[in-house]
Amino acid sequence: MSGSRGVLGPVARDPVAAASALVLVLLTLVAALGPLLAGAPATDFGDIAARRFVAPFGRTPDGVLHLLGTDRFGRDLVLRLVLGARVSLAVGVLAALAALAIGVGAGAVAGYAGGRADRLIVAVTDAALAIPRVPFLLLLVALFRPGLGITIAAIGATGWMTVARLVRAEVRSVRTRPFVEAAGALGARPTRVLARHVLPHALAPALVAAALGVGNAIMLEAGLSFLGLGVQPPTPSWGNMIASGRDALVLAPWVACAPAAIVAIAVLCCSLLADAFERTIAGERVLPQ
Amino acid sequence: MSRALLRRLWAAVPTVLLVLTVTFFGLHLAPGDPVRLFLGPSADEAAAAQMRRALGLDRALAVQYLDWLARFVTGDWGASIAQHRPVTAVLGDAFGPTLLLTGLSLLLTYALGLAIGAVQAVRRHSRLDATLTAVTAVVAALPAYVVGLGLVLVFAYGAALWNWPAWLRLPALGAAGIGADFLGPAARLADRVRHLVLPTATLALVGAAGAARFVRASTVEALRQPFVRTARAKGLGETRVLARHALRNALLPVVTLAGLQLPALFSGVVFVETIFAWPGMGRVTVQAVLGRDYPVVMASTAVFATLVVIGNLLADGAAALLDPRARSTA
Repeated sequence: MSGSRGVLGPVARDPVAAASALVLVLLTLVAALGPLLAGAPATDFGDIAARRFVAPFGRTPDGVLHLLGTDRFGRDLVLRLVLGARVSLAVGVLAALAALAIGVGAGAVAGYAGGRADRLIVAVTDAALAIPRVPFLLLLVALFRPGLGITIAAIGATGWMTVARLVRAEVRSVRTRPFVEAAGALGARPTRVLARHVLPHALAPALVAAALGVGNAIMLEAGLSFLGLGVQPPTPSWGNMIASGRDALVLAPWVACAPAAIVAIAVLCCSLLADAFERTIAGERVLPQ
Repeated sequence: MSRALLRRLWAAVPTVLLVLTVTFFGLHLAPGDPVRLFLGPSADEAAAAQMRRALGLDRALAVQYLDWLARFVTGDWGASIAQHRPVTAVLGDAFGPTLLLTGLSLLLTYALGLAIGAVQAVRRHSRLDATLTAVTAVVAALPAYVVGLGLVLVFAYGAALWNWPAWLRLPALGAAGIGADFLGPAARLADRVRHLVLPTATLALVGAAGAARFVRASTVEALRQPFVRTARAKGLGETRVLARHALRNALLPVVTLAGLQLPALFSGVVFVETIFAWPGMGRVTVQAVLGRDYPVVMASTAVFATLVVIGNLLADGAAALLDPRARSTA
């Protein structure tokens, strides 16, 4: 890994990756600033009978334009999407970070310590990889009252295996390099050698996995909320917005389509970005060291 | 071969055991009391205690675990708390539809994925290749529930709205029409097939897009190998070079991938069965989770994990059939 510019440079030159990054940055900005720009709170109902199920580009009787229309309670979908973005993106990023932390920890210990600890961690990782994620997520979520915290924890706890495998492999290969031996010979403690000398070299593939993990986490949060087992209304998340629009699919397809499209776009951008990172790292590997 | 298979089978035991253990302790340590849920809030403490005793929920957790594990392994999966019938019966009813749905979509996934990927590899760097690359990248990233809702919108509601011919108006709910039991055998089969189309297509579309990306990469790689040049040099036709030499070698990683993708397939099944009200294991699991039906949740999670393990073994076996080198080391 040749510093952040070495990885980011080629990604910036790849138009698809650059566009994906731009979309994600915009989504994040909207999520962060949106509620400040919007007027009415998203749970403000008003005259439901007159305002509900206004089609996209339609106006409510009071003359307010609704770009994406309104839902069954007459709430503006753009505003709901902005507020949902805060929840969905936060869950995505936090869950991916949790998975990254567990994965880096487990992978680093397994790869660096070797022996019995390594065998145990590898066995648990393999076993965990064989478990279908969504049924297992359902199980974890069912154990507690569905909500924001358990959604993040459950997605993080079921997504660390890929990171752990990648980090373990990298740590094992870096461990034998001369500079690691040199650090040890200089008297650095194992934890310091691992944290300062080995891990920085092993993080690149973990970051790719994490980029993909954000997309996966967004997709899973929306999926769980869609099943009614994730973020609970009235807190808007993209997933429970899809679920609430599903009942009105005939009458007002836009209520489900708008959040579904946003989820698809966010997940797609994460996956395209991860592809670009992967190509960059693979390209670096081909070059002689 | 059979010894290697046995060893793999033995290695799969810890996975299933881990699932069972986590499931058991997780469900029992979590808040939420199945007895209360079953009896309702108005039941008095004596009735609750009596039921707890009847279900064995008043014993020490370790005792409950070992007892449950022993009975589980011998095929006694207890009774569904919500449905008042054996778990084996509940899951037995749901197993067939899920196997049908996943089996069919797996077949379609790899038939489609192989075709698309092979065409892309042969015509690599053409406009067709670029288009298919873009399309598969987008479709592969779509969540199953988004694709499913999209198909429902178009084929169930849109078809009626736009006056499409009757055969294109596909049912979006359930595994059979309301009057299916009164139909003749041929009509009943047709009804079944029509109900299968949308859920199968949802799973197969997403899967095929992912598979095509992988097939393209591994076929391009195989076409670069010296043995392909050799095959061409000895005068074989391009079709034969592709089918017998390049694709056969490109298939190996694809078969392994198919095994590794099974967990994702079973994750998709949960959403697809919920959207299309397909009476399978995914839907049963979601309902059991919502109702805290412990025995059903535990058994279905274990069945899902076991299916993944069996699927991986089958994938290994298929890889051995394709590649003599894999037989000795498996």
